Amino acid sequence: MELFKLLIKSVFVDNMIFAYFLGMCSYLAVSKTVKTSAGLGLAVTFVLVVTVPVNYLINKYLLSPGALTWISPKLASVDLSFLTYILFIAIIAAIVQILEMVIETFTPALHSALGIFLPLIAVNCAILGCSLFMQERGFGNVGEAAVFGLGSGLGWLLAITTIAAIREKLRYSKIPKGLQGVGISFIITGLMGVAFMAFMGIKL
Amino acid sequence: MSNFKKLVIEPLRKTNPVTVLVLGICSCLAVTAQLKPALVMGASVTVVTALSNFIISLLRKGIPSRIRIIVQLVVVAALVILIDQFLKAFAYDVSKQLSVYVGLIITNCIIMGRLEAFALSHGPWESFLDGLGNGLGYSLILVVVAFFRELLGSGTLLGYQVIPQSFYEAGYMNNGLMILPPMALIIVGVIIWIQRTRHPEMQENQN
Repeated sequence: MELFKLLIKSVFVDNMIFAYFLGMCSYLAVSKTVKTSAGLGLAVTFVLVVTVPVNYLINKYLLSPGALTWISPKLASVDLSFLTYILFIAIIAAIVQILEMVIETFTPALHSALGIFLPLIAVNCAILGCSLFMQERGFGNVGEAAVFGLGSGLGWLLAITTIAAIREKLRYSKIPKGLQGVGISFIITGLMGVAFMAFMGIKL
Repeated sequence: MSNFKKLVIEPLRKTNPVTVLVLGICSCLAVTAQLKPALVMGASVTVVTALSNFIISLLRKGIPSRIRIIVQLVVVAALVILIDQFLKAFAYDVSKQLSVYVGLIITNCIIMGRLEAFALSHGPWESFLDGLGNGLGYSLILVVVAFFRELLGSGTLLGYQVIPQSFYEAGYMNNGLMILPPMALIIVGVIIWIQRTRHPEMQENQN
């Protein structure tokens, strides 16, 4: 039940796009059609579900203060947390590479759907951001971290497919010249953000 | 001189990384509820962009192109760690406010974008200037957005009260919506609108 609450919370209340603006760049660049946006959203979700738990383990057994005691009690005073960024990003880049190879070998169909997006994802701030939030919030176990990753990914998927649908419809409307393209996307995202704030009132 | 002008001044207006190229939006919006974190963030990104452009440009002949992304990420991450430690030591409260967004400078697309598009094909000094210009262009938008959000949302600038008390007594209210995340997007949207109305050549054709 706790996990379910966490899932709902990370999809709607702490939505990656509307509450934290993570992954905005690809969100704005790729959201022209629903099909490609859904592909990118799925790829992001997929990568998040894998990277967040892995980074959780890295953080717990390598980085946080006193984390090295499992090797030897003498290392209890070692604090490697300043290495967080470099290690997290290296792990993410490596996992994305490995995932791409695995998907290519075992499920070529999935690869043709997600393939072009995977290399982009290593530098998507939603991925690194999610791992950093995971570290900041101090989840209790790997399961929670995985659910948090899943929820954030689904929230991102929801946001990007929604705006893509709106932008597809927008093609038929008259927009002031200066606002066409990026400008209107910003404003729509802002309005969607206001709408999503309604979820903040949910007590879980 | 003209080179300097072109590389540093142009990104402030004509090729602004945020409003024209639409890069580095994420952190740009999240840290702009107040002016002070926005200034710190802008300065940090400028330093990282300029230095990483410089370093990658020095290394550009030695990096095999297949692994260049990883090399770039490592250089940028190392610089960001320096900035992060520096902020923790000398500006602890701002560093707490910025929280994960300092770390997210690593994945800021402006940096990767400039590395890929400029530093890999230009000399170190030019790349340094290009990084500086793009960092400043980013900071400019950050400061403008933060200025309006803090002024209208809290009635303060850099923490000092600027809207006089008599206004509040006469019934003026802070606009609480300005503090909330969605407003940042709408303000950037409006900035883009104003900029593109003034420079019609930047307008996008309707699909």
